[in-house]
Amino acid sequence: MKLAEKLEIVNKLGLHLRAAAELVKTANKFKCSITIHHAAGGARNVNAKSLMGLMTLAAAKGTELEFEADGEDAKDAMAALRQLLANKFGEKE
Amino acid sequence: MAEKILNGVPAAGGIAIGPVYLYHPEGFSVSRRNLKPEELAEELARYQGALTKTHAQISGLEEKMQEKLGKEHAAIFQAHQVVLEDPLFTDEIPQSIQSRRLNAEFLVAEALEKFKSVMESLEDGYFRERGGDIQDVSNRLLRNLAGGEKDQLKKLDREVILIASDLSPSDTVNLSPDTVKGFCTDIGGRTSHVAIVARSLGLPAVVGMQAISATVQEGDMVVVDGNKGVVVVNPLPQTLKQYRKLKEDYEAFQKSLEELQALPAQTPDGHQVTLAANIEIPQELDELARHGAEGIGLFRTEFLFLDREEIPTEEEQYVAYKELATKTGVNPAIIRTLDLGGDKFLSHLNVLHESNPFLGLRAIRLCLKRPEIFKPQLRAILRAAAHGPIKIMFPMISTLAEIREAKILLNQCVQQLKKEGMVFRSGIEVGAMIEIPSAAIIADVLIQEVDFLSIGTNDLIQYTLAVDRVNESVAYLYDPANPAILRLIQMTVDACHRAGKWVGMCGEMAGDPQFVPLLLGMGLDEFSASVSVIPEIKKVIRLMPYDKAREIAKAALQLKTSGEVLKLIKDNVPPELKALLF
Repeated sequence: MKLAEKLEIVNKLGLHLRAAAELVKTANKFKCSITIHHAAGGARNVNAKSLMGLMTLAAAKGTELEFEADGEDAKDAMAALRQLLANKFGEKE
Repeated sequence: MAEKILNGVPAAGGIAIGPVYLYHPEGFSVSRRNLKPEELAEELARYQGALTKTHAQISGLEEKMQEKLGKEHAAIFQAHQVVLEDPLFTDEIPQSIQSRRLNAEFLVAEALEKFKSVMESLEDGYFRERGGDIQDVSNRLLRNLAGGEKDQLKKLDREVILIASDLSPSDTVNLSPDTVKGFCTDIGGRTSHVAIVARSLGLPAVVGMQAISATVQEGDMVVVDGNKGVVVVNPLPQTLKQYRKLKEDYEAFQKSLEELQALPAQTPDGHQVTLAANIEIPQELDELARHGAEGIGLFRTEFLFLDREEIPTEEEQYVAYKELATKTGVNPAIIRTLDLGGDKFLSHLNVLHESNPFLGLRAIRLCLKRPEIFKPQLRAILRAAAHGPIKIMFPMISTLAEIREAKILLNQCVQQLKKEGMVFRSGIEVGAMIEIPSAAIIADVLIQEVDFLSIGTNDLIQYTLAVDRVNESVAYLYDPANPAILRLIQMTVDACHRAGKWVGMCGEMAGDPQFVPLLLGMGLDEFSASVSVIPEIKKVIRLMPYDKAREIAKAALQLKTSGEVLKLIKDNVPPELKALLF
C-alpha cells in the first residue's frame, strides 16, 4: 500500500537534530519504507529512517514536507508521523 | 585533478617527489587502503567493533551529562546514538567495505565529506551548523577505528610526502626520514617547528601554504620544491621530468658539501673554529656524523615537556640525555635547560595565564621559581654527564643573580647525588645564553661566573629591536645586520675573550652563510647551526681568510645601516665566496 501526505513542521526549531532523531525513532517502528520529498530543497528524496538524510532537509518551522509511506503498515506509519509533527516532536514550542 | 601549482614559504631546501599522505593530528588516519578478499571479514569485524565502542562511549557521556546537568542536556547524546544507527553506518558502509574492498576509515571519511558538502550548500545557517554534531560522532568513530593511536606515522611503510594543516613537536617525534620525504603545511613560517625539524632532517618543506591540506587528496602525486617554495600537485610528465633533473642536481651539490665532512672548519690562513649542531629532536643525532658537525652547540630539551599531561620524570630525562651523551662521541654536547613558558603547559603546571608570555615567566625564570621542575632536569643532566662530554647552558638570563641562583641549585643537586651514591659527573661546564639585551650589555660581568656564553640571536634580535618576527607587518625590522645587534655581539665576544673564555652562537645567524665572514672576523669561537646547513657553513669558513674577515668585522662595526654592512661583506669577500653567497 502506498500513501502520500503533506505534513507541516510546526515546532519552533524545525527539524533540528533532536527532532530528527525522534522522527527516525518513530519511522523505525514501522516496516514500510518512508521517504520524504522536499520540493523546495532541491527536489531530493530522503529516507525518513536516516538521521543524516533528515538533516540535509534543513526543514525550518513552516516547511511543508511530502511524506510517502510504502508497505503493509503504511497507514499506521502515516498516522504516527502526523501525530508526531502535530505534537511538535514533544517539544514545548 | 589536473596539474596545479601552489606557492608557500620555502622552509627547508631540496626537492621531493612522492604520493600525498594526509596527516590528521586528531589521532586518526583517513588514508585509503585496498583490501584483499581474505581481509574483508576482519575489516568488517573491526568496523563493527569500533561502532560498538563508539556507542558505548556515547552512552557513558550521556550518563555523565545526565548526572551533571540533567536529562535535557544529556538528550543530545541520545541523538548522537541515533546518528550511529543511521542506515549509512549500519548498512551502507559495511556493504561498501565488501563491494568496493576499501578500508572502513576511508569510507567513513568519504561519507562524511559528502554529507558535509550537502550541509554546506544549505542556505539556512542554523541547519548548516547542525552538521557539527554529525562530524563529532563521525570523528569519534574514526578515532576508534584508528585504535586511538597517535603513532600513525610510525606505521608508515612507504615513501610519502606529509601534508597537514600543522605539525606539532609531538606529531613529529615518530617521524622517520625513511618514509617521510618532504612536508607541506597550511600554516607556519621559516621558524616554526615544522621548518626546524625539516631542516634538521634534511627534508624539503614548504609551509604557510594556507589551504594545501584541503586541496590535495590521498593518492595525488606532489613535487615539493623547498628551495623556491613551490608545490606541484599531479605534475604533468614534462614537469615531472624537469623536477627529477633539478632533484638530481641538488643532491649532487649536497653530496659535494658532504665531502667536506671530514675536513676541519678552518680558514685558509689556519684559523680554526668549532662547527656544531643545533638539535631539536633525538632523531637528528643520527645525522650528525654525516654532516660533519663537531659536537652539539644546542640540545633543546623542550620536546620532553611538550604535549603531555605530566612533567617528565628525572628517569625519563636521564634516558634522553644519556642517549645524547653516548651518541655525541668525543665532541661536547651542550644541553639547554627548559626554555618554555607556562603558556605551553598551563594545565599541569598551574601557572596563571600571562598577557605577554614573551616577557613573562618562562625559561630560567620559571625554573628558578619552580625548583621541583628544575632540579629533576639538573639531576638528570649531571647523571648523563657521567656517560659523555655534556655541558649545560641556561636560557633567557637577564641578570647575574639568576646565574648565581641557578648554580646554587645545581650545586645542591651535586650534593644530593653524592649523598645518594648516584653515578654522575660533578665538574660540568656551565654557560649562559645571551638573548636578552641586558645580558649582552653586562656580558663582562656574567662571564666571570660561567665557563662560556652562547649568543641566541633569534631572541636577541627580537628583544633588542622590539620586533615579533612572525608579525608580518613588522617582520622586515628583524635584521641580524642591524648595527645595534653587531655591537652587542662584539661586546659579548670581547667580554669572553678578555676573561680567557670561549663564546659561541646558536641562533640562526650562525647558520646563515652570508654572515659567516663577519662573525668569523668578530672572533666567534663556535658556530652552532641546524645540521643541514653545516656543510655550507664549513665551505664558507674554508674559503674565508681570517685576516680579511677581521678587517671586514672592524669596518662593519663603524657602519650605520644594515644595508651598508651587507654591501661591505659582499664587496670584500674573495671572488669564489662572493659567487657562492650572493
